[in-house]
Order: sequence, then structure tokens, then C-alpha cells
Amino acid sequence: MADVTFIVDGKKLTAPAGTLLIDACRKAGIEIPAFCYYPGLSLQAACRMCVVRQEKVGKLQTACTTTVAEGQVFITESAEIAQARKATIELLLGNHPLDCPVCDAGGECELQDMTFKYGAGESLYTEAKQHREEQQWSPAVYYDRPRCILCYRCTRMCGEGMDVWALGVQNRGVRSVIAPNGGGQAGQSNSELDCEQCGMCIDVCPVGALTSGSYRYKTRPWEMNHVSTVCTHCADGCKVTLGVRQVNDGSEIVRADNRDKSGINGDFLCAKGRFGFDFVDSPERLTKPLVRNEAGDLEPATWEHALRVAATKLKEVRENKGGAAIGVIGSNQTTNEENYLLQKFARTVLNTNNIDHERTADYAAFASALAGHPGKAASLREAATAPAILLIGGNPTEEHPLLAWNLRTNVRLNRARLYIANSGEIKLERQATAVQHLSDDGYPALGAYLDLSNSAFSKAVLAEASLLVIFGQEYRGAQVASLVEWGLKRASVRFAYLGDYANSRGAADMGLLPNLLPGYVPVAEPGAFDAEYVGLSATAGKTQPEMFDAAAKGELGALLVMGANPVAKLGIDLIALNNTFVIVQDIFLTETAALADVVLPAASLYEKTGTVTNTYGDVQLTRKAADRAGVKPDFEILVRLAEAMDADVKRLVPFGKACTTADLGQSRGANSGEADRHSVWLAANSLEWKMSPFDPLAVLDEIERLVPGYALDRTNLFGGNDVATEPGFVPVSALAGPDLVVPAHDGLFTSGTLGRYSPALKALAQYQAAEVVETAVE
Amino acid sequence: MTLFSPRLAARLDALVEKYPLRRSALVPMLLYAQDEIGYISDAVVAEVAQRIGITELDVRNVATYYSMLRFKPAGKYNVQVCTNISCMLRGGYEIYERFKEELGIGHKGVTPDGLFSLEEVECIGVCCWAPAIQVNYDFHDELKPDLVPGIIDGYRGKAVAEAPHA
Ligand code: SF4
Ligand code: SF4
Ligand code: SF4
Ligand code: FES
Ligand code: FES
Repeated sequence: MADVTFIVDGKKLTAPAGTLLIDACRKAGIEIPAFCYYPGLSLQAACRMCVVRQEKVGKLQTACTTTVAEGQVFITESAEIAQARKATIELLLGNHPLDCPVCDAGGECELQDMTFKYGAGESLYTEAKQHREEQQWSPAVYYDRPRCILCYRCTRMCGEGMDVWALGVQNRGVRSVIAPNGGGQAGQSNSELDCEQCGMCIDVCPVGALTSGSYRYKTRPWEMNHVSTVCTHCADGCKVTLGVRQVNDGSEIVRADNRDKSGINGDFLCAKGRFGFDFVDSPERLTKPLVRNEAGDLEPATWEHALRVAATKLKEVRENKGGAAIGVIGSNQTTNEENYLLQKFARTVLNTNNIDHERTADYAAFASALAGHPGKAASLREAATAPAILLIGGNPTEEHPLLAWNLRTNVRLNRARLYIANSGEIKLERQATAVQHLSDDGYPALGAYLDLSNSAFSKAVLAEASLLVIFGQEYRGAQVASLVEWGLKRASVRFAYLGDYANSRGAADMGLLPNLLPGYVPVAEPGAFDAEYVGLSATAGKTQPEMFDAAAKGELGALLVMGANPVAKLGIDLIALNNTFVIVQDIFLTETAALADVVLPAASLYEKTGTVTNTYGDVQLTRKAADRAGVKPDFEILVRLAEAMDADVKRLVPFGKACTTADLGQSRGANSGEADRHSVWLAANSLEWKMSPFDPLAVLDEIERLVPGYALDRTNLFGGNDVATEPGFVPVSALAGPDLVVPAHDGLFTSGTLGRYSPALKALAQYQAAEVVETAVE
Repeated sequence: MTLFSPRLAARLDALVEKYPLRRSALVPMLLYAQDEIGYISDAVVAEVAQRIGITELDVRNVATYYSMLRFKPAGKYNVQVCTNISCMLRGGYEIYERFKEELGIGHKGVTPDGLFSLEEVECIGVCCWAPAIQVNYDFHDELKPDLVPGIIDGYRGKAVAEAPHA
């Protein structure tokens, strides 16, 4: 709408007509207090904190519902307004327990801040306060009625934001309570919460009325350091701010949220991002290297010993049987730098192209389909802004919670048109403009069907001037190509392809593939890699299943697994690995690690610096938040392994003066463990205190230099923003079989092998399973 | 399957179609259901929710707002004594106290035989004949405390008369 000019506190402001006064003021740096107003949610006007004086209007007006128009004049602070706000607070405090000293929100509570600001410290009320016992609604959500100020942010967040509608308001007046949707009897407020357990309601609660099972009564807000990094679970890659506290053996994560609304997700996190960080502190964490002894048992060992055993064996197999007898399996949850280093280590030190990972989507096919068509890959951000979206396959509500959030928000706030084609029924149909159900094998024919334009659905889709096409793992290989081809015929279409884990896209982009180098450069035509990768073989290596076949035949001398659990995932026969020397780097003693000859305890994604790429190709920086004594980042483990094999570490990681322009350590996390290890290594090798081979960002330089599509906007990346990669990929000639792609279909409370080690996610999964059974019985 | 008599069920069927928005029928449905079942039970909540096509939580959100909807069974005769301003000025509290004494129960209480329940309520709209009470849908007005035992006995007799003969 056209801009209008109006005056606030004597200042001339301009904003589009119809903007809410509170938003216009906030934009201009004038803060208006508000409890019930929450950007993006429907207006409530329940709290009266935002009152302002408007010229020529009799009564104070609520800034959260007043829309600006030409020539208006407002005053936002005056004695009269302060008095009104003070009176509001006094009423709110009438039944408030004022237990700030033990309340989770104490120190970051909006009610506390406002009381402090308006000085409503004394009260004329002498009546006894109404008390109610605190309730636990679910493993994740607790409700303390006395602290609740009935702002209804939680009910609106759950209903409008999450489309779950699990929270309601019951009773009347001072007896009002926020009530969950399950359990309990009529007339009594319910006591169980049957929902997605995202914790968004807790997040938006301005006071300490809703508290979380994992954080409550654990710490004071000011005792935490805050580190912003990226969620380690699904492939959406939410930015997450971890609250971290020092403990005896490192530092622990006590909270995860994103209250500063930065990043691609704003304030959104799902249950996994918000509560699923506790695997970090699991007692099952590996903290010492293990080496299989003569009796055949895994036995704790020193790093030196374990690395020596592993390195000796790798060297021996390489020398005697050649690199082709070594297999390497990478991870979907390690950083780009680690993945890049792993394949470089495999290709240049182990002399093998036998490298693969658990493929959850056919990114190579996607890259090949888009090759030569710059500007056609969509960032996750676009799901929140695109005017029209065609969602084909997938189930974002369960498997891509942030994408689902963005789509819902876009439909709700921007009236975006969402078209869904799916072989099943998915929850997002509730937001859809039109839905087309397909048969299970109906996906490949969709493009042709739409072109026929003989249904309301296809007509509507074809009528869109621009389209964001998001498609799921139903598409592989040639089907990806033909879908993309269908889209490319149209003027303004952009694509996104849905994979599974935090860095699945990064694993593929970084060349954890037997036939493709980083950036999907074929090993047969290595281009720029040729000069830098000494000893690179031009023949494609073995895929993951082929490696295990070779192992079963006794042809695989050694297998290095970094952060993956193929034994459980592929259901590998235990004896298949009898004649293979297995080295595993992992956080836990997984089924694969349990079979290993050497196990090296690794740091999790929350304990290291690097970058990850979400399934939309958005690259983000991860920062070291927590620390655990005894573990090392996979990056460092690889460097040490190479060093123990007498490889030229300088060729592997371009560190030191001559090689790199990486930063001098500013971007390593809040804790100094890495820096300490740097100094030890540097001293041992009489190098300048400047750069170390353990600095993953040295490899980021090389990635940017060599990997097509990864010319990153560093300023934004280091500023904590997501930066898009442009898949100006080299055309792919040899695509691997689409049957290698196995979607994980993790839901809201599961996260591959990692999720099994999160007590919080396990509790939520169990709880929700029981709720579902209960509802079914009723 | 319905909880309600065929007559009420038919009435509710018509009711949900009557308004532009189905949920507008919610409050009258709850009132009729309460009249027949005696209170808003879990089963009533569930059936009403299902009839309108909203969640049970939605039904509870609205139902709990209204003090005239109950969630526990009342007595066969629910005695509502007004103590709002007109009745209070003309002795409403004395009436209320006398009922408490005679029935041996307090606000929202039910007698052990399930015959009577008692409630102190706000204005029931007969201020001109205050003090007044309402028993189910019957009014008794211009009361004196001494009239209370007679009213109670009247309902006791009615209950006996209506009881199925053995
Ligand atoms: S946890 Fe999420 S889904 Fe559950 S009530 Fe809160 S906002 Fe709603
Ligand atoms: S629980 Fe929190 S968010 Fe919900 S109404 Fe109360 S104060 Fe507001
Ligand atoms: S949506 Fe995905 S990335 Fe975001 S918090 Fe949930 S699991 Fe993590
Ligand atoms: S913020 Fe405006 S009334 Fe609550
Ligand atoms: S005050 Fe009792 S009937 Fe109106």
C-alpha cells in the first residue's frame, strides 16, 4: 500500500498505510511494550500494555491494533500512559506469585522487565492470591498457572503457527487457565498434551508460565553463554542458539532456541532442534579410543596408540593390496570441511575412490538436471515468500518441520497458493489451494499429466506465473531429470529437492561418492582437481553395497567409517566384516562401531566449527558450543590419521602462511579446547602460532576455490547467515543407480542412529505413541 | 450412535444446519444436552464436538466459560437461590441459609439421596418479585425463610409420586 506520513513522539515517520502502529514504531526504534502482540499471529488486544495517546481520540488506543494513516499524531510515553501501563501491570501482578528468584524466566521475563520499567512494585491488593499447582502436560511442556498472564500467545502460536490447535482457554476471569487438549475430565481442565511437542508455546510465553522439561529449574539465564549454530537433525538446517554452561568435563548444553529470530527459521524450532541436543551429554558417549585386543574385545587405549594401530593397518593394506582394497564411508551429519577432507584423504592418501555415504536423496541427479541453468535452485527462505508452490511428494510436517512452518506461514500471511500432489494424504493439505492425489507410481507421469491441463488442479498450476517446485525422495535418477525438464520449460520456476539429514546435501556436494568429486565433478574428468589431488585415480570406486560385497568376499582389507552406521542401516551380516579391518569414528558405540577394530571418539556437530549445507543448498556456519573431554572433531582425527600414516599433512590441509587466507581463529566457538590443541600441535611442529592443520576453515578456502557452486559469500556466512550455493555444476555423465537412495523417513521425534541416544526425543516418541493409542481407544 | 433421545438428536441435527457457521450451534446444543443428560459429561463433550466438527478442546473452551453449564450431575431438583442485588436487599441470603440448613448441603452440593442440589446464583430475572429462587425451570418468588421447608416437601412429594411403583 501507499506510504503515509504520521508523527510519533514528535518524530515524522513513514510507513505503508495499514501498517500496525506498533510495528511502524518498532521499525523506527520506538519501543512500545506488548504482552499479547506477537508478530505474525492474529491480533488479540488482550493485555492493554501497548496503549498510546492518539491526537483527537478520546481514550488511549492499543498500538497493536491501530493501523497508521496519513497525518495521525501519536504520543507513546507520557505520565498518563505510564500510569495506565502501571495499572495494567498491577492487575497482572494481583495473582502473580512473584517467584522470580526460582522462575526459569527470571532475568529474561517480559513481565519482570515491564514491572521494573514502570515501577509497579507495590500493590493495593490485600486479598490472598489464587494458587494452583503446577502441571506437567507432557515430557516437554509444563504449565504454571499462577505465573500466566493470559496473553494467549501460546494458544495462537499452537493453532495458527503450528496448525495443531492443542491449547485452549478455559473458565473465565481470574479463574481462566490455559488448557491442553488431552486427558482429564469435563469441567476440570485437561492435563495432557497431545501434539507435536515443538515447544513453540514455551518459546513465545513472555513469562515463566510454560516451561520446558529439559531446561526448567536447571540454570539462571545469565549463567549461560549463547552460541549460534545449526541443528544437527533434519535437512532443513534451522539456526539454533545453544545456551551453554561450563561443567567439570567440558561444557554442557542446557537449552536450544532461536529467540533472536535470525537465520532461515526465525524463531521456529521443532522438537528435535529444541529438545534433541541431550545426546551430547549421554553417558553412552564414547570418550576414549578403543582398540580390539588379542582376546577380541574392545579395550580403551590412548589416542597415540589407537591412531598408530589404525594408520599402520591402513598403510599395510594400501601397500600390499592397493587402495582398491580400502573402503571409506562418510556421514550425513559431519561438516562440509570434514566430508571434503575425508574424500581427499581417501583419494590422495588411501589412493581409493571407494567412498560413499548413506544416500537419502539423489542430489547428483538433481545437480545434473540443473546443470547449465543457473538461478533455478531455491533457498528454503523462498518457501516463506513464493506466491505459488507446487509440493510434490514428501511429508514436510513430519520430515521437514521448518519447511512445513514456512509453507503454513506463507499461506497464512501472504495468501500464497500451495498445490499438493502426493500419493498419500498429508497434513499440509489443510493449507492447500488444490490437492491432486496420485497413485504410488504416479509421480513420473505428473509433468505430462499437468501439461494435459484437463483438470482443475493442472489448470490452476499452469496458470501460475511463477512456481516454486518442491519435490520429495519419490524422485530419483531420470525422474528428477524429467521433472526438472518439465519445470524448465516454464518461465519462472525454481526447484528444491528434499533429502534427510543435517548435511546429506553437503555429503553429496563434497564428493562422498565413488564416481564424483566435490561439486559432482566426475573422477574421469577431474579438471582442476587433477593438479591438486596427487594420486587421484580416474576410475570410479565402489558404492557402499559393493564395498560390503567385497568385504564378504574377503577382498576389502580395511574400512574407514566416519559418523555412519551402515551395519544397522543396511542390515549387514556380522560375519561379512570378519576379514576386514574396520576403523570407526563416531560419537557412540553404534552397531558398526561395535564391530570395529579401532574406534575413535568423535565430537558431535554441536562441538565443532565448520559449515553444513541444507537440502536446499543453503550453507551455514556451525560453531563449537559444547565440549567434551576426550573426544576430537572428525576433522582433527583425519589429520592425525594422515599424519600417523606419514602423509604430507600440508598437502591435505592447506594451512600455514603460504597456503591460506582463513581467519585466525575468530570463528572457532566460545570455548578454547580447539585453540589449546592448536598450540600443542604448532609447538610440536615448530610452526608459527597462526594457523593449524586442525582448522577446518583452512579447508573451507580450498572448497571455495575448487568446488563448483561453492563460491560463498563469506561476510554473510561468518555473520551467521545462510548463504545460497549456486549449482553451476559441471554436467554429470555417470549417475549412480537410483536404487542406492534410501530415504530415512525420520519423523518428528526420530533422527537416525543419533536420535536413539537422545533421552528427550525417546521420551517424546514414547509419550506421543501412548497418546495416539489412547485417542484410538476412545 | 447417540447419547440423546431420538427427539433431541433430531433437534440437534437441525440446529447445526441452522447457522452460517456450524459452531454457532454450540451453546444451545450444550444447554439442551444438559437438560436431557443432567450435566455436560465427557461423552456429551465428545458427541457435541463430533456433531459440529470441532475439537473437544474447542467445546470445553466454550463450555467452561458459562456458569450455567455443569460438569457434574446435579440433584433431581436443582435449587438456584438468587443473592444478587434485589434479592439480597429483600432477604435472599436468609433464604439461601435456610436451604443450606434444611438440605444439609452448601453451594454446588448434592444431597446424598441425589434429590436436591443447591446453588447460589446471580440475577434470574424476577427482581420485581424478589427474593426468588428457581428449581429446574420453576420459579418461586416473594419468599420468606419459613416457606422453604414447604417448598422442599413439595418436591419430595413430587418425587415419590413420580417414582415408578414397585
Ligand atoms: S508444544 Fe507445539 S504443538 Fe504442542 S502445544 Fe506447544 S505449540 Fe502446540
Ligand atoms: S502460558 Fe504464557 S503464553 Fe500462554 S497465555 Fe499464559 S503467559 Fe501467555
Ligand atoms: S526442522 Fe529440522 S533443522 Fe529445524 S529444528 Fe527441526 S530437526 Fe532441526
Ligand atoms: S499488545 Fe496491544 S493489547 Fe496486548
Ligand atoms: S436480583 Fe434476584 S432475580 Fe434479579
